[in-house]
Amino acid sequence: MIEIKHLCKTFPTSEGEFHALKDINLTIEDGAVFGIVGMSGAGKSTLVRCLNLLERPTSGQVVVDGKDLCALSQGELIAQRRSISMIFQQFNLLMQRTCLKNVCFPMEIAGVKEAQARARAMELLETVGLPDKAESYPVQLSGGQRQRVAIARSLASNPKILLCDEATSALDPKTTRDILRLIKDINRRLGITVVVITHEMAVVEEICTHVAILDHGVMMETGRVEEVFSNPKTEAGRRLVYPDGVVIDRLSAARVVRIVFNGGSSYEPLIASLAIDCGVKVNILGADTRNIDGQAFGSMLLGLPQDPQEAAKAVGYLKNQPNVTMEEVRDYHG
Amino acid sequence: MDKFLTDLGEVFSNPKYLEEFAAGTWETLYSTVLATVLAYLIGLVLAVLLVAGEEGGVRPLPTVMMKGLNVLINILRSVPFLILMLFVLPLSMLILGTQIGTAASIPPLVVAAAPFVARLLETSLREMDRGVLEAAQSMGCTPFQIVWKVMLPECLPGLASNFTTAFITILGYGAMAGAIGGGGLGRIAMNYGYHRNNLAVCLVATVLIVILVQIAQSAGSYAVARMDRRSRSVPKRRGRKKSA
Ligand SMILES: Nc1ncnc2c1ncn2[C@@H]1O[C@H](COP(=O)(O)OP(=O)(O)O)[C@@H](O)[C@H]1O
Ligand SMILES: [Mg+2]
Repeated sequence: MIEIKHLCKTFPTSEGEFHALKDINLTIEDGAVFGIVGMSGAGKSTLVRCLNLLERPTSGQVVVDGKDLCALSQGELIAQRRSISMIFQQFNLLMQRTCLKNVCFPMEIAGVKEAQARARAMELLETVGLPDKAESYPVQLSGGQRQRVAIARSLASNPKILLCDEATSALDPKTTRDILRLIKDINRRLGITVVVITHEMAVVEEICTHVAILDHGVMMETGRVEEVFSNPKTEAGRRLVYPDGVVIDRLSAARVVRIVFNGGSSYEPLIASLAIDCGVKVNILGADTRNIDGQAFGSMLLGLPQDPQEAAKAVGYLKNQPNVTMEEVRDYHG
Repeated sequence: MDKFLTDLGEVFSNPKYLEEFAAGTWETLYSTVLATVLAYLIGLVLAVLLVAGEEGGVRPLPTVMMKGLNVLINILRSVPFLILMLFVLPLSMLILGTQIGTAASIPPLVVAAAPFVARLLETSLREMDRGVLEAAQSMGCTPFQIVWKVMLPECLPGLASNFTTAFITILGYGAMAGAIGGGGLGRIAMNYGYHRNNLAVCLVATVLIVILVQIAQSAGSYAVARMDRRSRSVPKRRGRKKSA
């Protein structure tokens, strides 16, 4: 378990102190795939680098399995780092070593015998699907393949935690999905806790169980992905979850409601059944829904009919739907 | 002109000259190689200290120490080579018991070249990708492991290419050392060409030095191209040429 307590980080700059992280509190349970999202510059990298003390917190604690990292001696920290692996956007492989030697590296520095390290490295290359690239140099590989080697390398020390800092941001969408699937697979099979840093909500949707939203160094909200996604409570959360906004059409005078899908069947049957069951036709002003683990999450803005009675009927109907919450939007200005 | 041609003819016909040149070439080679290896090792240690020891380096050292090191290197680099040689010659007396000859020129060469080599290698080490260093740190490398297993191997092509540069520079220094009692081709060029006005001997000695430089550069570039794993071309084929 990772506990972040009152974590602050300030950088000295020419214009005085810059507060990159402000009083962050977070608990990451074992086995979770924890996403930390935020716009670029929000402080995500700084936060994740505090988890293995690549960056020393200015104040506050990072407690991993009961041990306060800041209180460790240099030697203890080095030992602790071997159980926390990290992968990067730029892969950061050793370019002068073959892939096999790259995967051997963490074992080499930990004093594992060479033959044993090679055998294990071969196994790991198989795990990531690249056994035939053992003797290739990183430069001969594609980005996705390089990240696979980096993942194999990160597993070589049998870590308990895997930190991924924008690990897929340099990859194309298809490769991104493959790599994310690999990470998820590793999480499931090996029980490794994964912390995923990303600016893309799609990545969170794809693999995360929990998410924290970071904005200008402040933790805005955190929780299970479906909670945060279905009902972002903060402005920063809404901006990230529905980046394009939900406004499509202009419509005056009529009542507008926002309905939120909390996982269930998709939204199309709902609108159709609304028309069929109550004979009320609503206007979809905007929608942003997502499919997570086969369930619909998202929100939709509906413009209700001008006629107050029809509108009331629709509201009544929507209120009674399972897995749907509804709220009236009073200050809707298309 | 006539004298030049006669002299030139003599250089190639008189076995005394051939012997002299052979010996001179050998002296130049061994003193340069020895001085380069020693200056390189000292320079490498200094360069590692400069890069790893700075603020934000992999093993920050006290600021006072780093300042002192930088000032020392800068001072040694700014003293003209010939003058530095004269200052250091007593060191040769101390170590070797003589101030004259090929061997005696080695300690001054090392002292004069090491600071220069240190700066040269410092630039090579600074090309190191910070991300890779961080990856190594995140894996729990000790500072020593980072230097020994990451920085030096990853920077090997640059370091090797600068070995060539150091060798060639020290070859030039060594030729100058001929003027103040050092041995080798520089002494031959000086003794015959300058003091006896024998331009032919001077020219041949110079050409020999140029040839040595060319061989060193070609061999160096070839070796660097072979060991650099960052280019996609297959190492065995002599396809793409890397500019040094
Ligand atoms: N070493 C540093 N010195 C000064 N400012 C820094 C340093 N590292 C990061 N920052 C600043 O902290 C903020 C957060 O950076 P970062 O954590 O890299 O953001 P993210 O990863 O979310 O894009 C940025 O505004 C950045 O400029
Ligand atoms: Mg970042």
